[in-house]
Amino acid sequence: MSEPFVALLTARYGVAEGWKLAAAEGAGAYQVARQALTSRQPAELKAEVKKANIRGRGGAGFPAGVKWGFVNPQEGEQVYLVVNADESEPGTFKDRSIMDLDPHRLIEGAIISCFAIGAHVAYIYVRGELAFSAARLEQAIAEARQAGYLGERPFGIEHPIDIYVHSGAGAYICGEETGLLNSLEGRRGEPRLKPPFPAVKGAFGMPTIVNNVETIASIPGIIEMGGDAWAALSRLPGDGGARIYGVSGHVKNPGLFEAPVGITMRELIYEYAGGMLGDRPLKAVIPGGSSTPVLDPQRKVDAPNEDHPLHKWHGQSEIDVPMGVDTYRALGTMLGTCCAIVMDDTVNMVDDCRNLMRFYKHESCGQCTPCREGTGWLADVLDNLCAGRGKPADVDLLVDIANNMMGNTICAFADGTAMPMLGMVQKFRDEFMAAAIRGLPEGVRHDESVRSIVKGSA
Amino acid sequence: MAFALTPEREQQVDDILTRYPERRAALLPVLWLCQRQNGWISPEVVQYVAERLGLSTATVKGVVTFYTMFFDEPVGENIIWVCRTLSCDLRGGKAIQEHLENRLGCTAGHTSSDGKFTLLKAECLAACGQAPMVQINDRYYENLDVDLLDRIIDAHASKGCEAAASEFSSFATFGTPRGSSSAGGVTSTPPAPSAEAVRLASQPPPASPVDTTGEKS
Repeated sequence: MSEPFVALLTARYGVAEGWKLAAAEGAGAYQVARQALTSRQPAELKAEVKKANIRGRGGAGFPAGVKWGFVNPQEGEQVYLVVNADESEPGTFKDRSIMDLDPHRLIEGAIISCFAIGAHVAYIYVRGELAFSAARLEQAIAEARQAGYLGERPFGIEHPIDIYVHSGAGAYICGEETGLLNSLEGRRGEPRLKPPFPAVKGAFGMPTIVNNVETIASIPGIIEMGGDAWAALSRLPGDGGARIYGVSGHVKNPGLFEAPVGITMRELIYEYAGGMLGDRPLKAVIPGGSSTPVLDPQRKVDAPNEDHPLHKWHGQSEIDVPMGVDTYRALGTMLGTCCAIVMDDTVNMVDDCRNLMRFYKHESCGQCTPCREGTGWLADVLDNLCAGRGKPADVDLLVDIANNMMGNTICAFADGTAMPMLGMVQKFRDEFMAAAIRGLPEGVRHDESVRSIVKGSA
Repeated sequence: MAFALTPEREQQVDDILTRYPERRAALLPVLWLCQRQNGWISPEVVQYVAERLGLSTATVKGVVTFYTMFFDEPVGENIIWVCRTLSCDLRGGKAIQEHLENRLGCTAGHTSSDGKFTLLKAECLAACGQAPMVQINDRYYENLDVDLLDRIIDAHASKGCEAAASEFSSFATFGTPRGSSSAGGVTSTPPAPSAEAVRLASQPPPASPVDTTGEKS
């Protein structure tokens, strides 16, 4: 359609040793931060981010500029920036590439963000498994400090900024922002009740902005281009810019691709990721991490009413709707992290579902009963179905359990379990009934122990 | 016997404490330092950490048991985590696990009889585009097949963790966006981990709370 898209976020991924300051600066790093800190006001920067319409890249899609606007520190309060690098949503692997290949973009984004929201300290919470990424970030931070971009007087201005890396230790729930804050404070990563929201009372009881790695890494591009121009990169209104898409599963060329917001799932699978492995038919795709309800390419968008946000795509396949936070919500799913899991026709959806519910059973923090019991119950019922011990009523039991988890817990984890569960049954009910009657074909019975075995639970 | 950190690591604890407004926030980083040194979080380690940070042992133990990566039992010299979540399973994660179980002579959740490897199943390790994959100690090994896996295990057994990492380990890779201009400089082939990358990983800056060598000296 328009001129070729120029990579922004990933522009330096190909630079030789681009994780080192010299190479990154040679390719333009820190020019935006220098200009922003020395010649612009925090309020202007915040306004640009708001105009950019950047929807949070961590999965919830909340407008980052609006979130920043919630910070209103009282006398004596210290503002914190926390970068959420606890990337662990199944199917999602984008943030790691930023930390490994271009950590200076993240640091530059954090510097600008700290200045804009009035923070002096940023913590980057990296999941424990990514020790390599954490070490690389620390090295990059040390270089930036050495160069005078961090510390008492970054770029010579009177606004001290320091960035610290904080490693988690293996807990999906620490990607939930209040669970993350508890973990940062040295506690069990159990989410907190909201309100108060972190922007009012977050890390150490102080106003805190928690943003995803990709969101923060987008900030230099936004400030450089200006919010309006950056927003215009997108093909959709109200959901600006470009982002990193991931594809895993049964495609020829799995990986990460940077593209404007609003490409379709069909483009992502067939053009970016090279099409289906072995040219087999596409059966289903989980669009943005395992918590987002599955899409069925056979299903058509049903939006005959002209007021419906998806009316433009009425009668087309679900995978022909542009990928945006709002369009996908209207479709009954979520854009999530924008990292798709693609499945061909060899896949049994009951088995897949069991795989994912096992994940949630393992990762539920156990704080709220509906979630702690519900995730385990779902996994157990699915185990029974797969093993041929199920009965038709179990399919409705899955729906019933999921419905009783939704909205009944402190954080969104239970919703993130129940929604994909409901979507699976809604769209592939026949397969669930078949499994309930006959069990699954041979060879799908896995042993169920996961990491927790070390804890003596198995 | 009481546990104590090496003087260098004690220094690191002091440095870590300066990063947070509350002493307790140092708990995770300090537990990491202890586990790097001791291999697992023994009751003596819990005692030490509680005293060092002014917390009760119950508090420390409560945190240790919450997080998957803190071991409250002794483990083998090397830890192999096999990712078994959906993206890896679609690309053969199960075969990888079974091969390791046969090769090591123990099922997931256990340690090989020579004490060299503990095999554990993991939930999503965020390398879905490079499935199937395993994590061995602190490094990722991706796009695996059984042959490659064998060579990786051989290298760990014969040359040690660091040498194996420098030969086989990978970091994040990236595809080619269609229509992206060449000015974007996005690579079509994953950059090979250079010697520098490996050095970086094995020798973190002194201030690092994470010692990435995976050694348990």
